[in-house]
Amino acid sequence: MIPERLVTIGAVAGLLAVALGAWALGEIFTITLATRAAILALAATGLNIALGYGGLVSLGHAAFFGLGGYAMGILAFHAQSYTPLELGSLTIEGTKSMPVIWLVAVCVSALAAWVIGLLSLRTGGVYFIMITLAFGQMFYYFAISWSAYGGEDGLPIYLRNSFPGVDTLVPVQFFGLCFAALVLALLLSARLRSAPLGLALNAARQSPARVAAVGISPTRVKLVAFVISGAITGLAGALYADLNRFVSPAMFSWQLSGELIVLVILGGVGRLAGPVIGACLFVTLEHWLGGLTDFWHVWLGAILLGVVLFARGGIVGLLTGKAGPHV
Amino acid sequence: MSAILLIEQVLNGLQFGVMLFLMAAGLTLIFGVMGLINLAHGSLYMVGAFAAAAAAAATGSFALALVAALSAAALAGVLIEVAVIRRLYDAPHLDQVLATFALILVFSEGTRWVFGSFPLYLDIPDALSGPVTLPGGIQYPLYRLALIGVGLVVAAGLWWLTQRTRLGMQIRAGKDDREMIAALGVDISKLYTLVFALGAALAGLAGALVGAIQSVQVGMGEPVLILAFVTIVIGGIGSIKGAFIGALLVGLTDTLGGIFLPLILTVAMAPEAAAQTGAALASMLIYILMGAVLVWKPTGLFGGARPA
Amino acid sequence: MKHLLLATAACAIGATAAMADVKVGMITTLSGGGAGLGIDVRDGFMLAIEQSGRDDIEVVIEDDQRKPDIAVQLADRMIQSEEVDVLTGIIWSNLAMAVVPSATAQGKFYLSPNAGPSQLAGRGCHPNYFNVAWQNDNLHEAAGAYASEVGYSNSFILAPNYPAGQDALTGYKRLFEGDIAQETFTQLGQTDYAAEIAAIRASDADSVYFFLPGGMGISFLKQYADSGVDKPVIGPAFSFDQGILQAVGDAALGVTNTSQWSKDLDNAANQAFVESFVAEYDRLPSLYASQGFDTANLLISAMEKADVSDQDAFRAALEEADFDSVRGDFRFGSNHHPIQTIYAREVIEEDGVYTNRIIGTALEDHADVYAAECNM
Repeated sequence: MIPERLVTIGAVAGLLAVALGAWALGEIFTITLATRAAILALAATGLNIALGYGGLVSLGHAAFFGLGGYAMGILAFHAQSYTPLELGSLTIEGTKSMPVIWLVAVCVSALAAWVIGLLSLRTGGVYFIMITLAFGQMFYYFAISWSAYGGEDGLPIYLRNSFPGVDTLVPVQFFGLCFAALVLALLLSARLRSAPLGLALNAARQSPARVAAVGISPTRVKLVAFVISGAITGLAGALYADLNRFVSPAMFSWQLSGELIVLVILGGVGRLAGPVIGACLFVTLEHWLGGLTDFWHVWLGAILLGVVLFARGGIVGLLTGKAGPHV
Repeated sequence: MSAILLIEQVLNGLQFGVMLFLMAAGLTLIFGVMGLINLAHGSLYMVGAFAAAAAAAATGSFALALVAALSAAALAGVLIEVAVIRRLYDAPHLDQVLATFALILVFSEGTRWVFGSFPLYLDIPDALSGPVTLPGGIQYPLYRLALIGVGLVVAAGLWWLTQRTRLGMQIRAGKDDREMIAALGVDISKLYTLVFALGAALAGLAGALVGAIQSVQVGMGEPVLILAFVTIVIGGIGSIKGAFIGALLVGLTDTLGGIFLPLILTVAMAPEAAAQTGAALASMLIYILMGAVLVWKPTGLFGGARPA
Repeated sequence: MKHLLLATAACAIGATAAMADVKVGMITTLSGGGAGLGIDVRDGFMLAIEQSGRDDIEVVIEDDQRKPDIAVQLADRMIQSEEVDVLTGIIWSNLAMAVVPSATAQGKFYLSPNAGPSQLAGRGCHPNYFNVAWQNDNLHEAAGAYASEVGYSNSFILAPNYPAGQDALTGYKRLFEGDIAQETFTQLGQTDYAAEIAAIRASDADSVYFFLPGGMGISFLKQYADSGVDKPVIGPAFSFDQGILQAVGDAALGVTNTSQWSKDLDNAANQAFVESFVAEYDRLPSLYASQGFDTANLLISAMEKADVSDQDAFRAALEEADFDSVRGDFRFGSNHHPIQTIYAREVIEEDGVYTNRIIGTALEDHADVYAAECNM
């Protein structure tokens, strides 16, 4: 069986190789697909921190994904229409600079994760699932009726935002940015897993009472993890909006929250490589099954059932021969 | 706003609430007894509506349509319980979420495969169509009154079933201690299948009843499912009483909020802006209600101790 | 289906392989809620291609699942890897807003068979963007005009709270001369209209205007019919289309709706279209099918006059719109949106099938109000 470390490196290198290979062959669309996979992997890496490490089954992560997307959309919208954003007496200029947008996306989604986390962590288990789902829907309905930023129609951004030293309009360069963000998030995620916070989180998942006994509040540990998780998913949302040059309430939809969970499980819960492999597999399946039949969701559902019932550890579990942590 | 209109709107809220209760009762029962979170509950609602529409088209009888809805949903429930759900009782919630999410995909696209992409037709029976005049000169659709009646009868029936029958004793015991009732010689596996089928049949009934005044189409179950989740979170998961109170609260809040918020806002805004902002806020109202209940009582109004 | 078409098209290319074929990318909704509209556009479009007998058109059809991000991705693929010349097919305004500006900026033609958001008709218009259906406001304006014409003086109006809904009510009010009893925004996807119907009953309105596309309209009409409120209802064609009417049933009978097309429109092109559509697909064509059919015929008419690689000539050929539209007269305004007559129809039952028949003209040679803002 293959050591997990090797699987992780292999998955990340594989994604890079696909993009570079496509670039060499001039297959621009394959680069776009690889970029999509990298961004979804980033979002799922965020979710994996809550889900895999903390055992927090969030069915509302689309809220953070969407907030990241709208942070990008709103800032870029004000920049492209040369109108400042008025917040009461505060006037904020729009911007097309990715670093600024990313910072805002991360802060906004972290803040939202903190509030949602505070409310939903008052309980646990199945309450947590339903409450996160409900809050996600709340954002969805709000975004639909918020006509200032397009409502259901969404908000098109005509030019991709800029990053110093990078021509983001060239697909392979934009892929490079997303890939770098993914690698950084994976490093952070790996670091977190072995840091005191990660260990406390792991313990809080398995036995909250014991963690509490050594003087750590399990709720606070989970809350911190949830905030980090939401922030990373928010960053992915901003990138995703830039990939599509478009934001819409669909980014808040609960199906998207479900799909993010699917990515993590397909790959392997709590595994570093899980989200990466899951995202690559999902994008491939979507592309390939979607080309074969209009009813590809039936087959996707069947595959998922197979994974849940017969391959609990996901792909990484199959490769490493170990089941993942019990969530 | 006149008193007549107000009463009519309260009736509308009640009617919405009792239909929500049919969904929420199944969800909360299944969770209470088996500890299972079932995202595919909305699909069973859809199955009921489609079965009713197909049966009504074939036979022209609304009663037969209801029978078809109940049996199709119960059958679908038994089928997925035996094939999939049964393996998930001891699995973590995450696996349950994922597997039932997969079931939604299969059900939704499968239904579209069989019935096509266009909505189906299902109408209310002639005997129940049209409005009636209530005391005080209130005109109200008879069918909606009937829905309120059916919802209340089902609620009473469920109360009787869980509190007064042998099966109910087993269900209540199963909530508290699975090993114990297995040791007492109850076939726990059969009990679980039965409870799941009961929950499914309630969802199917709701689908058929509501399908007659709405549109029978793929994806009709998901919005209801999410409202049902909000309902049982407010009421306390596992509690039938909680589901009932929660459903009425959600039904009334949603209906009355949608009416009054825009009216209240016209005091401060232009009519068009008030209508838009009011509608936007009203769509968030039940989630705010849920948040408020959770701050006050983290396990819902009638929930037990803090869940593990 | 999709692969069959591709295969025939591919064979055809093998055979002629000579001068510039036109490659069309069709992005439309073929799965999930709303798939019926996309299927109709596709079937109408392909019927026209088939009838033309041309073997130099290749159509790549993909399903956008009604998701903007998927639509953008498909457009990227069609432009980047399939290298299509013309894009078409999108049903929903929000998907069009996601795809059209960037596609036209990349030098592709876009022919819209359905969505006509105001942004693309006004300041955001583009020389390569043509709308063959309508600007979104058109049918609502026609409804307002028709309501005044038949003497309604006080309307209760409602629509979902999203941009198309807000535009709909604005459109109705633009040409309606009477008063507005109440303006109500419902939730998108709302299925129960008891509260709104109660408000209608309590109001002093003499007519009701609603824009509730898809399942929302079905729910509203059934509940309205059952409520016993007898104020006359008027709406745009979307809630009374062939695909939906069967699900509404009796509740729709007699309701007035506005449309630029109807299956009983009396012209040769339309009669041939209806007949051949029924023969090919064994169902009555819908409004969407007629729009898909016209879109393909517009494209074919341009191909007869110019080569797609010569963009200016091809654009000029499209602007002429020299084809036999199933709506009769058809021409483009300065912003590449139709100037057309919009009719009032009434829902009837005919041989056990619910359908529409024309009862009058709502607006003659009507253009949209955004054309003035368009500089191109």
